[in-house]
Amino acid sequence: MEKRVTFNSRWLPYLLLGPQMIITLVFFFWPSGQAIYQSVLIEDVFGGNSKFVWFENFAQLFRDNSYAHSAQITVVFSFLVAAIGLGVSLLLAVMADRVIRGATAYKTFLVWPYAVAPAVAGVLWGFLFNPSVGIIAWMLQGIGIEFNYVINGNQALLLVVIAAVWNQISYNFLFFLAGLQSIPKSLIEAAAIDGAGPGRRFWDIIFPLLSPVGFFLLVVNIIYAFFGTFGVVDALTKGGPGKSTEILVFKVFNDGFRGQDLGGSSAQSVILMVVVIALTFVQFRFIERRVHY
Amino acid sequence: MTRIALSSVAAAAVLASASTAFAQTEIQFWHAMGGNLGETVNALAEGFNKSQTEYKVNPVYKGSYTEALTAAIAAFRAKQAPHIVQVFEVGTANMMAAKGAVYPVYQLMADAKEPFDPKAFIGPVYGYYSTPDGKLLSMPFNSSTPVLYWNKELMQKAGLDPNKPPKTWPELGEMAKKAVAAGAKCGFTPQWQTWTMIENYGAWHNLPYATKDNGFAGTDIELKFNDPARVKFIQMLADWTKDKTFVYGGREGKSTALFTAGDCVFHIASSGSAAGIDKALGQDKVGIGMMPYSPDVIAKPQNSIIGGATLWVLQGRPAAEYKGVAKFMSYLASTPVQAKWHQETGYVPITMAAAEATEKEGFYKKFPGREVAVQELTLNPPTANSKGLRIGNFVQIRDIVDGELENVWSGKKDAKTALDDAVKAGNDQLKRFEAANK
Repeated sequence: MEKRVTFNSRWLPYLLLGPQMIITLVFFFWPSGQAIYQSVLIEDVFGGNSKFVWFENFAQLFRDNSYAHSAQITVVFSFLVAAIGLGVSLLLAVMADRVIRGATAYKTFLVWPYAVAPAVAGVLWGFLFNPSVGIIAWMLQGIGIEFNYVINGNQALLLVVIAAVWNQISYNFLFFLAGLQSIPKSLIEAAAIDGAGPGRRFWDIIFPLLSPVGFFLLVVNIIYAFFGTFGVVDALTKGGPGKSTEILVFKVFNDGFRGQDLGGSSAQSVILMVVVIALTFVQFRFIERRVHY
Repeated sequence: MTRIALSSVAAAAVLASASTAFAQTEIQFWHAMGGNLGETVNALAEGFNKSQTEYKVNPVYKGSYTEALTAAIAAFRAKQAPHIVQVFEVGTANMMAAKGAVYPVYQLMADAKEPFDPKAFIGPVYGYYSTPDGKLLSMPFNSSTPVLYWNKELMQKAGLDPNKPPKTWPELGEMAKKAVAAGAKCGFTPQWQTWTMIENYGAWHNLPYATKDNGFAGTDIELKFNDPARVKFIQMLADWTKDKTFVYGGREGKSTALFTAGDCVFHIASSGSAAGIDKALGQDKVGIGMMPYSPDVIAKPQNSIIGGATLWVLQGRPAAEYKGVAKFMSYLASTPVQAKWHQETGYVPITMAAAEATEKEGFYKKFPGREVAVQELTLNPPTANSKGLRIGNFVQIRDIVDGELENVWSGKKDAKTALDDAVKAGNDQLKRFEAANK
């Protein structure tokens, strides 16, 4: 039987939806519209000299090698952040789910990093790995690894990935743990009686049943890697050295607010918006089919 | 007890502001000077407010230079602009191009009939912010120039005379190598590498940064800093990285940590860093002198150029209020105010008179080396190459140069390729700037 909520008054549903709609309009549609409008203009920063240039800002971006480079970095970065973030937190969740003694303490500690703002996480990791005063950099030097993220681009990227992942693990962990705990124990016990080992039980029962949570987290993590990691990059490397950690969202900020190039920066954010919408669409269209609810 | 004291202070403050506010015209002054510098700025405004009763300057700290500028732009677009905003030197060309937004200082002073003598200013300080025919656009406020710092202790350890700093780059290289051999962790590291190693190296050796007098004579310009002299110089530094004669410590002011930690023997940094460096290492362990030069490029150094920020006056306020702004500008440029500012902060004074007054007070005897910045700036009358830089989208261009230099330090590119690439990418930015401001 179909469940259906009926409202006695005609305006009540609109009233209930209203606040959410207003927030969406003011904080999403309005700025997005502004960005689209700005992206076809070239103007000086004070707005005294504004010119409509069709798609010149976009054309400029596609001619610019550094934009292609930034896109490349973003793909690598997002893949690493999502893959490592999901992998590690799933492992931690499975482990924490099996712990019997002191489980609450483990869980609390694992959730803690989420309370740290991305920018603070960036500063924290930057300090640990600082080539002249960082304790981890110093220990690495002890075993013969020269770690200097100020000069070495790959190391800088690695460090940004570590900081970004560390900051997001708690969130993933929480959802995975909740997912694990909602799997009926009877299923796992039945499999165990049939002789399935822990590995087999994980892949054949737990993993498929966890897939809706995993899918949700995949979408959230990709969006996090694209947008939420700005603070980490800004605090740690400011896109350097060279341009080796300049992910797209940082370039939007840098060109717009440091460089005062509003047109170019808006064009970039429009592209970024389209890419994320497309990615989310693809994920729902193709990956969701393989998810069992 | 403390609570009573606090509340009575608060009440007094409220009364004081209430009794004076209604008759006065408020002047909004947005700046980017935090910490100690911010307190000095507040004291300056306080001094002006006490000197007369008609106007009240209200200084507001708005965060970093970029944040202050962004806030001012947003306020201007919303027709709520402050009267005065502090803008860093690299924003000069963009501010000039902002039609209808800026009230040039020379015009402000003329309209308000305030006495104003361009000749009183120190050449490169005035020149950086004036039109080619010598009209001042924004009021110089905090200006500094790069100077050479050395660690006397480390020099002694290497068997070098701590009172004989290197005069030339080859000398610096030799001394740094000796010090590294004697156990120093790093020979030399520069602060703000684009400003010190590219821009100031050019002015110091009378080489152009860009065509058309470094952009002073027009906006259709091309960058020129990939000349053989600078390619050779950057390559030399890159070769020095192998044995730690040169160590890269990061963008902007980050490398200063290496020097204040006692790792590096030599450091080229803003003269404005002097107070902080003295505090960290102990004044008697630090030497301050002129930047070295390359004798194969020039027989004697030309003059250095400044960095720092100026005060821009924004349009869009009632005409009567600008009289107060002009009065505040006169106050800032006056000798006692400038001398105090120079001594407390380490920034260079903007007038010769203030430098002379500081000399007379015996300040330089107590703090040797603090006079070097003014000496460097006034070493020779500025040429077209050493007057300053007027480059559009300069913030992005500096980012590009920073990135390419990092590619050199990490060994990804050689100096020639990197500087050529930086010039090419920078020229694209200049074209974009020209298109936006036609």
